[in-house]
Amino acid sequence: MSTKRNTFRHRTLPYLLIAPQLVVTLVFFMWPAAQAVIQSFQQEDAFGLSTTWVGFQNYQALFADPDYLNALKVTVVFTLGVTAMSLGLALLLALAVDRMVKSATVYTTLLVWPYAVAPAVSGVMWWFMFNPTIGIFPYLLRMVGYDWNHGLHGTDAMILVVLAASWNQISYNFLFFVAGLQSIPASLREAAAIDGAGPAKRFWTITLPLLSPTTFFLLVVNFVYAMFNTFATIHATTQGGPAGSTNILVYKVFNDGFIGLNLGSSSAQSVVLLFIVIALTVVQFAWVERRVQY
Amino acid sequence: MVENRRFLNILAHLVLILGVAFVAFPVYIALIASTHGQNDFLSGVIPLLPGHDTIRNYSAMMTQGLASSGAPPLWLMLGNSLIMALSISIGKIAISIISAFAIVYFRFPGRMIAFWLIFVTLMLPVEVRILPTYKVVAELGMLNTYAGLTVPLIASATATFLFRQVFLTIPEELMEAARIDGAGPMKFFWDILLPLSRTNIAALFVILFIYGWNQYLWPLLVTTGTDHYTIVLGIKRMADIADQQPEWNFIMSTVVLAMVPPVLVVIFMQRLFVKGLIETEK
Amino acid sequence: MMRSILLGALLAGTALTSAQAKTTITWWHAMGGKLGDKLNQIVADYNKSQDKYEVVATYKGSYPETMTAAIAAFRAHQQPDIVQVFEVGTGTMMAAKGAVYPVYQLMKDMGEPFDPKGFLPAVVGYYTDTNGNMLSMPFNSSTPIFYYNKDVFKKAGLDPEVAPKTWDDVIADSKKIIASGAAKCGFTSAWISWIQTENLSAWHNKPIGTLENGFGGTAARLEYAKDDVLVRHWANLAQWQKDGIFEYGGPVGGNDAPPKFFSQQCAMYMDSSAGRAAVIANAKDFQVGYGMLPYYQDVQGAPQNTIIGGATLWVLQGHPKEEYQGVADFLHYLSSPEVQADWHQFSGYLPITQAAYELGQKQGYYEKNPGSDVAIKEITLNPPTANSKGLRFGNYVQVRNIIDDEFQKLLGGQEDAKQALENVDKRGNELIAQFEAANK
Repeated sequence: MSTKRNTFRHRTLPYLLIAPQLVVTLVFFMWPAAQAVIQSFQQEDAFGLSTTWVGFQNYQALFADPDYLNALKVTVVFTLGVTAMSLGLALLLALAVDRMVKSATVYTTLLVWPYAVAPAVSGVMWWFMFNPTIGIFPYLLRMVGYDWNHGLHGTDAMILVVLAASWNQISYNFLFFVAGLQSIPASLREAAAIDGAGPAKRFWTITLPLLSPTTFFLLVVNFVYAMFNTFATIHATTQGGPAGSTNILVYKVFNDGFIGLNLGSSSAQSVVLLFIVIALTVVQFAWVERRVQY
Repeated sequence: MVENRRFLNILAHLVLILGVAFVAFPVYIALIASTHGQNDFLSGVIPLLPGHDTIRNYSAMMTQGLASSGAPPLWLMLGNSLIMALSISIGKIAISIISAFAIVYFRFPGRMIAFWLIFVTLMLPVEVRILPTYKVVAELGMLNTYAGLTVPLIASATATFLFRQVFLTIPEELMEAARIDGAGPMKFFWDILLPLSRTNIAALFVILFIYGWNQYLWPLLVTTGTDHYTIVLGIKRMADIADQQPEWNFIMSTVVLAMVPPVLVVIFMQRLFVKGLIETEK
Repeated sequence: MMRSILLGALLAGTALTSAQAKTTITWWHAMGGKLGDKLNQIVADYNKSQDKYEVVATYKGSYPETMTAAIAAFRAHQQPDIVQVFEVGTGTMMAAKGAVYPVYQLMKDMGEPFDPKGFLPAVVGYYTDTNGNMLSMPFNSSTPIFYYNKDVFKKAGLDPEVAPKTWDDVIADSKKIIASGAAKCGFTSAWISWIQTENLSAWHNKPIGTLENGFGGTAARLEYAKDDVLVRHWANLAQWQKDGIFEYGGPVGGNDAPPKFFSQQCAMYMDSSAGRAAVIANAKDFQVGYGMLPYYQDVQGAPQNTIIGGATLWVLQGHPKEEYQGVADFLHYLSSPEVQADWHQFSGYLPITQAAYELGQKQGYYEKNPGSDVAIKEITLNPPTANSKGLRFGNYVQVRNIIDDEFQKLLGGQEDAKQALENVDKRGNELIAQFEAANK
């Protein structure tokens, strides 16, 4: 880890400076995380009146529970769906904006603001548009003969949450792709054009490979987003239904812990999530540090 | 070749217009819904053209709220959201910049441990450790207070990290010069570091303001009374009423009002926001 | 900086409590909308009626949200004095012996006049222990009733004054209505778990679990799949959904069901009697008829009686005595005939005391408001049997979610009715076993 070659000398000042950050970290991050780990080895009644140690029982029950395995599967589908949709659309839009000279700023402005809309709020909007009785989309879909019913069909519900979650994330990916595209030297593409490569070929042989660091970074960020930051989206729309078909892991932790009051199981799920986050962060960190070296 | 390029340009415009439409459509629907009366929703389909109840809906929500749905007047919730967003963004920037200063410009025992302790918090989204964090906050007596709403969210490694990167790019000579002039560390911090990181602070502010404004799960748990509700939370409460119809016109006017401040921040500070976004993640 | 914030919050907190001369009593409830308005009015009236106590009522969201908020608060020693808990949370609350202050005990300790015999047995039975002691104070109890659209019935050539009695009638009428084009669908229903499952079994005098549906102890287990009437009913619902006669209104309370009825898309609708006020308010362009829940006429002993839903008020431990005195006084006020009759007539909830019911009769309320006494007639139709006095299982809030889950799988064609109910039993009993283990 790097510092300055020369540093200030002071005995107490650095500790004072770092103390607020450390205190908050310890009290609100490390301590609760430790508690989650402890609680995952216990079984406790809702009111906390009696506690028994049960070893790995909560974990065993978890991985034998078809609901949990289903939530794992749902999370994978959901994460891939959101990532593919928001990355794909964002890349398309970024490529289009990259062609624009005069109108690029206007389009960018028109495309970035959904980032500012809270997932809970966009969830309510999408829920409203897909409301089975008065929603505009079920109405249109019925006209073309598709019986849209996200209250009953798991696939419809999944499409709905993927749409709502992607909507928020597109602008973020878009900005990164635009920045990535701008950093590709124009001379490279011009050279290829002179060599007679068409736009499609140029995209596949030059643009996409040169964008790959950005894409890789966005992949990780979008995985984290879809897995952890979409709680509000699910809560405002399907609440995990129908029949658990949109019950992603984070939502299940909340539901089993706060609604179901099954604290042992909920903590065990938290710990599993913790490991997933750590793995993703290590990947991301490796990438960040590599970039910093340049 | 020329024809081809023209076709591609038209295609690009088309893609962008469709993209903008996709992005704007939900908001258009929300806007329209907020201009109608309650009865326009009962049968058939969402109206697509504006109605006549705009002023009635918005003024009712601003002044009274839906008290019966547990939603206080909007100005109160907007105020709470503003307090939350500002405390989180200012608090985060303040504690991060000084800890980054300590990490970069000092060498002291325990420095590495401190750095790693802060860094691992990157790994723990609030959703994952929600129950135990709730318990800690409750035991500190911070339920339903502004402190409880904000303090647990102001520690984040992201901001510390960003400032660390910024400080690392500041030339060594500046510090040498300061030392030769006999300036102490705090003077160096105020007179040189702070002004040099001004743009970064502003950019980070935009991002964190949005982060704070849009919090949902945490306020949902920590507020036990309507006096501390934030607007994002209030919307969900209104949409969730048992035994009767959601009052979509009121919900959607709240949705619109909840979107306005952060969206304005993004639009008017777009350059800073983009810079902030891309730098934070580097 | 953090310390000063903490300190500030702390100071603000103490300043607030010491400034008040009145004893504050906190009440967390789940009554939103018009019901919430009414509740606030009752509280305001109480606060005006005396000067020793100040009741502060806070809306905490849905029933499950309110219950979990109170439990989480209890764990953090921040619990309210009174919390409103819905009927399926009863098992959990009863098992929490160190956390709740049983109402009969509270009334005795505080010397408050209290006569358990004055309450309607069908209501109170749900909330008494095996020795007949009342553990919580009934506040808003309801039972499902049948609503229908008289205008649509007329259009379809049916007699608008006669509500269908049996499921055969419902289906025959639905078919006529759909064929005549008077409405698109026959019927919809709120609360699949409560109305089309638990109440269906009680209405046909069938058990849904062992040990008197759980009243006999925490060792009780679910046996939904053994109720052949229920299996038949679920299979029918799935078929009717396919035929377009029935339209599903969503999980839990079934939020999509009421709009289907209000917009005249469905001609008939089953929901809580407490939905009556909302039905009248929203049925703007048509006349509403009321009836008892339908039954299968070939089942012996049907119709028996319906079971209640809604919520009761639980008093939580850990507060000073003067607060409990206020709680006892307030609960006494709440169960007085005037307050009860007013609340019952406004909301459609059942009157919880005999006196409140009689007061309504004296006022001529039931004659003036057709349909308002259907609920009372349903729960008092026959003396409750072991199968029809209610149910009491631990973790039942989650079991209800499982019922919704499996019902959705049934409608989605992933399993048949028998499999669905067997899965409810299997998954539900796992949770109930966990509850039994955790509450030893």
